[in-house]
Amino acid sequence: MDEKVIIAKRVALEMKSGTLVNLGIGLPTTVANYLAPGLDVYFQSENGIVGLAPAPQDGMVDPDLTDAGGGFVGAIPGAASIDSALSFGLIRGGHLDVTVLGGLEVDELGHLANWTVPGKMIPGMGGAMDLVSGAKKVIVAMQHSAKGKSKILKRCTLPLTSVRRVSLIVTELAVLEPTDAGLVLKEVAPGVTIEQVIAASEATLIIPEKVGVMPISENDAVAAKA
Amino acid sequence: MHKATNCTKAVEMIPDGATLMIGGFLGVGTPSRTIDEIIRQGKKNLTIIANDTGRPALGIGKLIVAKLVKKVIASHIGTNPETQRQMIAGELEVVLTPQGTLAEQIRAGGYGLGGVLTATGIGTTVAEGKQVIEVNGKPYLLELPLHADFAIIAAHRADYHGNLEYALTARNFNSVMAMSADVVIAEPEHIVPIGVISPDAVITPFCCVDYIIERCN
Repeated sequence: MDEKVIIAKRVALEMKSGTLVNLGIGLPTTVANYLAPGLDVYFQSENGIVGLAPAPQDGMVDPDLTDAGGGFVGAIPGAASIDSALSFGLIRGGHLDVTVLGGLEVDELGHLANWTVPGKMIPGMGGAMDLVSGAKKVIVAMQHSAKGKSKILKRCTLPLTSVRRVSLIVTELAVLEPTDAGLVLKEVAPGVTIEQVIAASEATLIIPEKVGVMPISENDAVAAKA
Repeated sequence: MHKATNCTKAVEMIPDGATLMIGGFLGVGTPSRTIDEIIRQGKKNLTIIANDTGRPALGIGKLIVAKLVKKVIASHIGTNPETQRQMIAGELEVVLTPQGTLAEQIRAGGYGLGGVLTATGIGTTVAEGKQVIEVNGKPYLLELPLHADFAIIAAHRADYHGNLEYALTARNFNSVMAMSADVVIAEPEHIVPIGVISPDAVITPFCCVDYIIERCN
Protein backbone atom coordinates (compact mmCIF):
# COMPACT_ATOMS: atom_id res chain seq x y z
CA MET A 1 0.00 0.00 0.00
CA ASP A 2 1.15 3.54 -0.73
CA GLU A 3 2.41 5.31 2.41
CA LYS A 4 -0.09 8.13 2.11
CA VAL A 5 -2.96 5.67 1.57
CA ILE A 6 -2.01 3.84 4.78
CA ILE A 7 -2.12 7.13 6.68
CA ALA A 8 -5.42 8.28 5.17
CA LYS A 9 -7.11 4.91 5.77
CA ARG A 10 -5.99 4.82 9.39
CA VAL A 11 -7.09 8.41 10.08
CA ALA A 12 -10.46 7.62 8.49
CA LEU A 13 -11.07 5.07 11.26
CA GLU A 14 -11.00 7.92 13.80
CA MET A 15 -14.09 9.52 12.24
CA LYS A 16 -17.38 9.16 14.12
CA SER A 17 -20.94 9.71 12.99
CA GLY A 18 -22.48 13.06 13.77
CA THR A 19 -19.19 14.95 14.02
CA LEU A 20 -17.92 18.10 12.32
CA VAL A 21 -14.46 17.70 10.82
CA ASN A 22 -11.93 20.00 9.17
CA LEU A 23 -9.46 18.34 6.81
CA GLY A 24 -6.27 20.20 5.94
CA ILE A 25 -5.00 20.61 2.41
CA GLY A 26 -3.04 17.74 0.83
CA LEU A 27 -2.89 14.32 2.47
CA PRO A 28 -5.55 15.13 5.12
CA THR A 29 -8.08 15.92 2.37
CA THR A 30 -7.78 12.34 1.06
CA VAL A 31 -9.10 10.95 4.37
CA ALA A 32 -12.60 11.66 3.03
CA ASN A 33 -12.04 8.98 0.36
CA TYR A 34 -11.75 6.18 2.93
CA LEU A 35 -14.66 6.76 5.30
CA ALA A 36 -16.70 3.72 6.27
CA PRO A 37 -19.92 3.54 4.23
CA GLY A 38 -22.89 5.05 6.02
CA LEU A 39 -20.81 7.22 8.34
CA ASP A 40 -22.47 10.62 8.87
CA VAL A 41 -19.47 12.92 9.03
CA TYR A 42 -19.82 16.60 8.14
CA PHE A 43 -16.95 18.66 6.83
CA GLN A 44 -16.17 22.28 7.51
CA SER A 45 -13.78 24.35 5.45
CA GLU A 46 -12.41 27.45 7.14
CA ASN A 47 -12.97 29.68 4.11
CA GLY A 48 -16.63 29.53 4.98
CA ILE A 49 -18.68 26.40 4.37
CA VAL A 50 -20.20 23.81 6.68
CA GLY A 51 -21.26 20.74 4.72
CA LEU A 52 -18.46 20.50 2.20
CA ALA A 53 -18.76 17.77 -0.46
CA PRO A 54 -16.13 16.35 -2.83
CA ALA A 55 -15.20 18.06 -6.08
CA PRO A 56 -18.22 18.22 -8.38
CA GLN A 57 -18.38 16.48 -11.71
CA ASP A 58 -17.67 18.25 -14.96
CA GLY A 59 -20.13 21.06 -15.64
CA MET A 60 -21.17 21.38 -11.99
CA VAL A 61 -18.47 23.72 -10.71
CA ASP A 62 -19.51 26.93 -9.00
CA PRO A 63 -16.54 29.37 -8.99
CA ASP A 64 -17.80 30.78 -5.69
CA LEU A 65 -17.51 27.41 -3.93
CA THR A 66 -13.99 26.29 -3.07
CA ASP A 67 -12.13 24.68 -0.21
CA ALA A 68 -9.39 26.41 1.78
CA GLY A 69 -6.83 25.41 -0.84
CA GLY A 70 -8.78 27.21 -3.56
CA GLY A 71 -9.91 23.97 -5.21
CA PHE A 72 -13.47 23.66 -6.47
CA VAL A 73 -15.70 21.58 -4.20
CA GLY A 74 -19.36 20.73 -3.77
CA ALA A 75 -21.74 21.18 -0.88
CA ILE A 76 -24.25 18.71 0.55
CA PRO A 77 -27.96 19.52 0.58
CA GLY A 78 -28.38 21.41 3.84
CA ALA A 79 -24.93 22.98 3.76
CA ALA A 80 -24.45 26.49 5.16
CA SER A 81 -22.18 29.29 4.01
CA ILE A 82 -20.64 31.50 6.70
CA ASP A 83 -18.17 34.36 7.04
CA SER A 84 -14.58 33.99 8.27
CA ALA A 85 -15.33 35.27 11.79
CA LEU A 86 -18.09 32.70 12.31
CA SER A 87 -15.98 30.02 10.67
CA PHE A 88 -13.21 30.52 13.22
CA GLY A 89 -15.77 30.89 15.98
CA LEU A 90 -16.73 27.30 15.14
CA ILE A 91 -13.07 26.28 15.25
CA ARG A 92 -12.08 28.01 18.49
CA GLY A 93 -15.42 27.81 20.24
CA GLY A 94 -15.67 24.05 20.72
CA HIS A 95 -17.97 23.38 17.75
CA LEU A 96 -15.40 21.56 15.64
CA ASP A 97 -14.92 17.94 16.73
CA VAL A 98 -11.85 16.96 14.75
CA THR A 99 -9.14 18.60 12.68
CA VAL A 100 -6.67 16.62 10.60
CA LEU A 101 -3.47 18.45 9.64
CA GLY A 102 -0.17 17.68 8.03
CA GLY A 103 3.06 18.19 9.96
CA LEU A 104 6.72 19.07 9.52
CA GLU A 105 7.71 17.97 13.05
CA VAL A 106 6.03 16.56 16.16
CA ASP A 107 7.78 16.04 19.48
CA GLU A 108 7.60 14.15 22.77
CA LEU A 109 5.45 16.91 24.27
CA GLY A 110 2.93 16.43 21.47
CA HIS A 111 3.80 19.82 20.04
CA LEU A 112 3.32 20.32 16.31
CA ALA A 113 5.35 22.49 13.95
CA ASN A 114 3.80 22.78 10.50
CA TRP A 115 3.71 26.36 9.26
CA THR A 116 7.17 27.65 8.48
CA VAL A 117 10.80 26.78 7.82
CA PRO A 118 12.45 30.12 8.62
CA GLY A 119 14.57 31.43 5.77
CA LYS A 120 13.29 28.80 3.35
CA MET A 121 9.53 28.57 3.36
CA ILE A 122 7.36 31.27 4.87
CA PRO A 123 3.85 30.58 3.64
CA GLY A 124 2.12 31.81 6.78
CA MET A 125 0.01 29.86 9.23
CA GLY A 126 -3.36 30.39 7.56
CA GLY A 127 -5.88 28.68 9.81
CA ALA A 128 -3.48 26.09 11.29
CA MET A 129 -2.82 27.83 14.63
CA ASP A 130 -6.53 28.32 15.31
CA LEU A 131 -7.30 24.73 14.30
CA VAL A 132 -4.65 23.19 16.55
CA SER A 133 -5.52 25.49 19.46
CA GLY A 134 -9.28 25.16 19.08
CA ALA A 135 -10.51 21.84 17.68
CA LYS A 136 -11.67 19.28 20.24
CA LYS A 137 -9.42 16.60 18.71
CA VAL A 138 -6.26 17.27 16.70
CA ILE A 139 -4.92 14.49 14.47
CA VAL A 140 -1.57 14.92 12.75
CA ALA A 141 -1.38 12.93 9.51
CA MET A 142 2.14 12.86 8.11
CA GLN A 143 4.94 10.65 6.89
CA HIS A 144 7.27 9.44 9.64
CA SER A 145 10.40 10.86 7.98
CA ALA A 146 11.36 13.38 5.34
CA LYS A 147 14.52 13.05 3.25
CA GLY A 148 15.78 10.30 5.58
CA LYS A 149 15.31 12.44 8.72
CA SER A 150 12.79 11.52 11.38
CA LYS A 151 9.91 13.98 11.87
CA ILE A 152 9.13 12.49 15.31
CA LEU A 153 11.57 14.41 17.50
CA LYS A 154 12.51 14.87 21.14
CA ARG A 155 11.81 18.58 20.72
CA CYS A 156 10.62 20.45 17.65
CA THR A 157 13.32 22.59 16.03
CA LEU A 158 10.92 24.64 13.88
CA PRO A 159 8.58 27.37 15.18
CA LEU A 160 5.55 25.75 16.85
CA THR A 161 2.02 25.94 15.54
CA SER A 162 0.62 25.68 19.06
CA VAL A 163 1.73 24.68 22.55
CA ARG A 164 -1.43 22.65 22.88
CA ARG A 165 -0.73 18.91 22.82
CA VAL A 166 -2.11 17.17 19.75
CA SER A 167 -4.39 14.16 20.28
CA LEU A 168 -2.99 11.59 17.87
CA ILE A 169 -0.19 11.18 15.30
CA VAL A 170 -0.71 8.83 12.37
CA THR A 171 2.18 7.95 10.06
CA GLU A 172 2.73 5.17 7.51
CA LEU A 173 4.55 3.23 10.25
CA ALA A 174 2.62 3.86 13.45
CA VAL A 175 -0.09 5.47 15.52
CA LEU A 176 1.35 7.51 18.39
CA GLU A 177 -0.52 9.10 21.26
CA PRO A 178 1.06 11.99 23.16
CA THR A 179 0.51 11.66 26.92
CA ASP A 180 1.84 13.30 30.09
CA ALA A 181 4.58 10.64 30.13
CA GLY A 182 5.52 11.03 26.45
CA LEU A 183 4.69 9.47 23.09
CA VAL A 184 2.98 6.11 23.44
CA LEU A 185 3.17 3.67 20.54
CA LYS A 186 -0.44 2.52 20.12
CA GLU A 187 -0.29 0.66 16.80
CA VAL A 188 2.10 -0.32 14.05
CA ALA A 189 1.18 -0.55 10.37
CA PRO A 190 0.65 -4.05 8.93
CA GLY A 191 4.04 -5.69 8.37
CA VAL A 192 5.94 -3.11 10.41
CA THR A 193 7.81 -4.10 13.59
CA ILE A 194 8.05 -2.12 16.82
CA GLU A 195 11.83 -2.00 16.31
CA GLN A 196 11.37 -0.36 12.90
CA VAL A 197 9.20 2.36 14.44
CA ILE A 198 11.70 2.97 17.24
CA ALA A 199 14.54 3.16 14.70
CA ALA A 200 12.62 5.64 12.56
CA SER A 201 11.86 7.94 15.52
CA GLU A 202 14.31 10.39 17.06
CA ALA A 203 11.94 10.73 20.01
CA THR A 204 11.97 8.13 22.76
CA LEU A 205 8.76 6.13 22.47
CA ILE A 206 6.86 4.52 25.31
CA ILE A 207 6.14 0.91 24.34
CA PRO A 208 3.18 -0.58 26.23
CA GLU A 209 2.81 -4.32 26.77
CA LYS A 210 0.30 -4.56 23.96
CA VAL A 211 0.85 -2.72 20.69
CA GLY A 212 -1.91 -3.16 18.13
CA VAL A 213 -1.75 -3.42 14.37
CA MET A 214 -3.58 -0.82 12.28
CA PRO A 215 -6.87 -2.47 11.28
CA ILE A 216 -6.58 -1.56 7.62
CA SER A 217 -6.11 -3.59 4.45
CA GLU A 218 -5.76 -3.25 0.67
CA ASN A 219 -9.44 -4.10 0.31
CA ASP A 220 -10.88 -1.25 2.38
CA ALA A 221 -13.58 0.77 0.72
CA VAL A 222 -12.21 3.49 -1.54
CA ALA A 223 -15.60 4.98 -2.33
CA ALA A 224 -15.64 8.75 -2.21
CA LYS A 225 -18.31 9.89 0.20
CA ALA A 226 -20.46 12.93 -0.16
CA MET B 1 -30.41 57.84 -2.41
CA HIS B 2 -28.50 55.49 -4.61
CA LYS B 3 -24.85 54.64 -4.12
CA ALA B 4 -23.79 53.40 -7.53
CA THR B 5 -20.60 54.79 -8.99
CA ASN B 6 -17.96 53.48 -11.35
CA CYS B 7 -14.57 51.95 -10.72
CA THR B 8 -12.62 54.98 -11.90
CA LYS B 9 -14.38 57.46 -9.59
CA ALA B 10 -14.26 55.08 -6.65
CA VAL B 11 -10.54 54.45 -6.95
CA GLU B 12 -9.82 58.16 -7.45
CA MET B 13 -10.90 58.65 -3.82
CA ILE B 14 -8.04 56.46 -2.57
CA PRO B 15 -4.88 58.45 -1.79
CA ASP B 16 -1.36 57.04 -1.99
CA GLY B 17 -0.35 55.52 1.34
CA ALA B 18 -3.90 54.47 2.23
CA THR B 19 -4.72 51.38 4.31
CA LEU B 20 -7.06 49.07 2.43
CA MET B 21 -8.92 46.02 3.62
CA ILE B 22 -9.60 43.81 0.62
CA GLY B 23 -11.97 40.85 0.78
CA GLY B 24 -11.48 37.41 -0.68
CA PHE B 25 -9.87 34.03 -0.10
CA LEU B 26 -7.36 33.01 -2.76
CA GLY B 27 -9.21 35.18 -5.25
CA VAL B 28 -12.69 33.85 -4.42
CA GLY B 29 -14.81 36.83 -3.37
CA THR B 30 -12.07 39.30 -4.30
CA PRO B 31 -13.12 42.60 -5.94
CA SER B 32 -11.02 42.08 -9.06
CA ARG B 33 -12.26 45.01 -11.19
CA THR B 34 -11.43 47.50 -8.47
CA ILE B 35 -8.00 45.93 -7.99
CA ASP B 36 -7.32 46.27 -11.72
CA GLU B 37 -8.33 49.93 -11.54
CA ILE B 38 -6.02 50.58 -8.55
CA ILE B 39 -3.19 49.21 -10.69
CA ARG B 40 -4.26 51.31 -13.70
CA GLN B 41 -4.26 54.47 -11.56
CA GLY B 42 -0.95 53.44 -9.95
CA LYS B 43 -1.82 54.02 -6.29
CA LYS B 44 1.36 53.71 -4.24
CA ASN B 45 2.65 52.75 -0.77
CA LEU B 46 -0.53 50.93 0.13
CA THR B 47 -1.04 48.92 3.31
CA ILE B 48 -3.18 45.88 2.56
CA ILE B 49 -5.13 43.92 5.17
CA ALA B 50 -6.42 40.69 3.65
CA ASN B 51 -6.60 36.95 4.24
CA ASP B 52 -3.91 36.21 1.66
CA THR B 53 -2.06 37.76 -1.26
CA GLY B 54 -3.69 35.61 -3.94
CA ARG B 55 -1.49 34.41 -6.74
CA PRO B 56 0.84 36.55 -8.88
CA ALA B 57 -1.79 36.92 -11.62
CA LEU B 58 -4.83 36.65 -9.35
CA GLY B 59 -6.58 39.11 -7.08
CA ILE B 60 -4.46 40.92 -4.49
CA GLY B 61 -1.38 39.24 -5.94
CA LYS B 62 -1.50 41.67 -8.85
CA LEU B 63 -1.01 44.63 -6.47
CA ILE B 64 2.08 42.93 -5.03
CA VAL B 65 3.53 42.21 -8.46
CA ALA B 66 2.88 45.84 -9.48
CA LYS B 67 4.89 46.93 -6.38
CA LEU B 68 2.15 49.20 -5.08
CA VAL B 69 2.20 47.73 -1.58
CA LYS B 70 4.53 48.63 1.28
CA LYS B 71 2.92 46.52 4.02
CA VAL B 72 0.70 43.46 4.15
CA ILE B 73 -1.19 42.04 7.13
CA ALA B 74 -2.36 38.55 6.12
CA SER B 75 -2.64 34.96 7.30
CA HIS B 76 -1.16 33.29 4.25
CA ILE B 77 1.23 34.30 1.47
CA GLY B 78 2.24 30.80 0.37
CA THR B 79 0.48 30.92 -2.99
CA ASN B 80 2.30 34.07 -4.07
CA PRO B 81 6.08 33.59 -4.43
CA GLU B 82 6.44 37.29 -5.30
CA THR B 83 5.15 38.30 -1.83
CA GLN B 84 7.75 36.04 -0.23
CA ARG B 85 10.49 37.34 -2.54
CA GLN B 86 9.72 41.00 -1.75
CA MET B 87 9.48 40.20 1.96
CA ILE B 88 12.86 38.41 2.05
CA ALA B 89 14.43 41.22 -0.05
CA GLY B 90 13.18 43.76 2.50
CA GLU B 91 10.99 45.56 -0.05
CA LEU B 92 7.73 44.64 1.64
CA GLU B 93 6.75 44.45 5.31
CA VAL B 94 4.62 41.38 6.03
CA VAL B 95 2.76 40.70 9.28
CA LEU B 96 1.60 37.08 9.38
CA THR B 97 -1.43 36.59 11.60
CA PRO B 98 -3.48 33.46 12.32
CA GLN B 99 -6.57 33.52 10.15
CA GLY B 100 -9.07 33.41 12.98
CA THR B 101 -7.21 36.13 14.84
CA LEU B 102 -7.15 38.32 11.73
CA ALA B 103 -10.92 37.89 11.33
CA GLU B 104 -11.44 38.85 14.98
CA GLN B 105 -9.11 41.86 14.79
CA ILE B 106 -11.09 43.14 11.83
CA ARG B 107 -14.38 42.36 13.57
CA ALA B 108 -13.22 44.13 16.73
CA GLY B 109 -12.29 47.18 14.66
CA GLY B 110 -15.77 47.36 13.23
CA TYR B 111 -17.72 46.40 16.33
CA GLY B 112 -16.24 49.04 18.60
CA LEU B 113 -14.23 46.64 20.74
CA GLY B 114 -10.87 47.41 22.31
CA GLY B 115 -9.45 44.07 21.22
CA VAL B 116 -10.07 40.37 21.58
CA LEU B 117 -8.60 37.63 23.77
CA THR B 118 -7.64 34.41 22.00
CA ALA B 119 -5.70 31.30 23.00
CA THR B 120 -4.47 31.00 19.42
CA GLY B 121 -0.77 31.83 19.18
CA ILE B 122 0.04 31.45 22.89
CA GLY B 123 3.61 30.15 23.23
CA THR B 124 4.43 30.72 19.55
CA THR B 125 6.22 33.48 17.64
CA VAL B 126 2.82 35.13 17.15
CA ALA B 127 2.79 36.02 20.86
CA GLU B 128 6.01 38.07 20.67
CA GLY B 129 5.45 41.58 21.99
CA LYS B 130 1.82 40.96 22.86
CA GLN B 131 0.14 41.20 26.23
CA VAL B 132 -0.96 37.92 27.83
CA ILE B 133 -4.08 38.17 29.97
CA GLU B 134 -5.23 35.37 32.23
CA VAL B 135 -8.96 34.68 32.48
CA ASN B 136 -10.15 31.96 34.85
CA GLY B 137 -6.62 30.59 34.99
CA LYS B 138 -6.22 30.31 31.24
CA PRO B 139 -3.79 32.52 29.27
CA TYR B 140 -5.00 34.48 26.26
CA LEU B 141 -3.29 36.87 23.86
CA LEU B 142 -4.67 40.37 23.63
CA GLU B 143 -5.09 41.06 19.92
CA LEU B 144 -5.81 44.66 19.02
CA PRO B 145 -8.47 45.86 16.59
CA LEU B 146 -7.73 46.65 12.95
CA HIS B 147 -9.27 49.53 11.07
CA ALA B 148 -8.78 50.73 7.50
CA ASP B 149 -9.26 53.88 5.47
CA PHE B 150 -11.10 51.87 2.82
CA ALA B 151 -12.65 48.42 2.69
CA ILE B 152 -12.96 47.10 -0.83
CA ILE B 153 -15.24 44.12 -0.83
CA ALA B 154 -16.94 41.82 -3.31
CA ALA B 155 -20.58 40.77 -3.09
CA HIS B 156 -22.96 38.63 -5.11
CA ARG B 157 -25.83 41.11 -5.29
CA ALA B 158 -26.30 44.63 -4.08
CA ASP B 159 -29.34 46.86 -4.25
CA TYR B 160 -28.89 50.57 -5.00
CA HIS B 161 -29.33 51.26 -1.31
CA GLY B 162 -26.18 49.24 -0.53
CA ASN B 163 -27.64 46.08 1.00
CA LEU B 164 -25.40 43.12 0.18
CA GLU B 165 -25.86 39.43 -0.41
CA TYR B 166 -22.97 37.02 -0.85
CA ALA B 167 -22.48 33.70 -2.63
CA LEU B 168 -21.19 30.57 -0.86
CA THR B 169 -17.51 30.77 0.08
CA ALA B 170 -17.13 34.15 -1.64
CA ARG B 171 -18.40 35.77 1.56
CA ASN B 172 -15.32 34.98 3.73
CA PHE B 173 -13.81 38.27 5.00
CA ASN B 174 -16.04 40.59 2.95
CA SER B 175 -18.90 40.92 5.40
CA VAL B 176 -16.48 41.29 8.31
CA MET B 177 -14.52 44.07 6.58
CA ALA B 178 -17.70 45.94 5.69
CA MET B 179 -17.84 47.07 9.33
CA SER B 180 -14.25 48.17 9.75
CA ALA B 181 -13.32 50.99 7.39
CA ASP B 182 -14.02 54.68 7.03
CA VAL B 183 -15.20 54.20 3.46
CA VAL B 184 -16.68 50.93 2.21
CA ILE B 185 -16.69 50.25 -1.52
CA ALA B 186 -18.63 47.17 -2.63
CA GLU B 187 -18.14 45.51 -5.99
CA PRO B 188 -21.19 43.31 -6.61
CA GLU B 189 -21.69 40.96 -9.53
CA HIS B 190 -25.23 42.29 -9.94
CA ILE B 191 -27.06 45.41 -8.85
CA VAL B 192 -30.78 44.98 -8.34
CA PRO B 193 -33.58 47.46 -7.56
CA ILE B 194 -34.12 48.43 -3.92
CA GLY B 195 -36.43 45.90 -2.28
CA VAL B 196 -35.44 42.92 -4.41
CA ILE B 197 -33.16 41.58 -1.68
CA SER B 198 -35.43 40.69 1.22
CA PRO B 199 -34.46 41.96 4.66
CA ASP B 200 -33.87 38.39 5.82
CA ALA B 201 -31.38 37.77 3.00
CA VAL B 202 -29.29 40.88 3.66
CA ILE B 203 -25.94 39.99 5.22
CA THR B 204 -24.37 43.45 5.12
CA PRO B 205 -26.92 46.21 5.79
CA PHE B 206 -26.96 49.31 3.60
CA CYS B 207 -25.77 51.61 6.39
CA CYS B 208 -22.31 50.03 6.22
CA VAL B 209 -21.81 50.54 2.50
CA ASP B 210 -20.81 53.88 0.96
CA TYR B 211 -20.38 53.07 -2.73
CA ILE B 212 -21.50 50.36 -5.14
CA ILE B 213 -19.37 49.74 -8.21
CA GLU B 214 -21.40 49.45 -11.39
CA ARG B 215 -20.54 46.78 -13.90
CA CYS B 216 -19.25 49.05 -16.68
CA ASN B 217 -16.99 52.06 -16.33
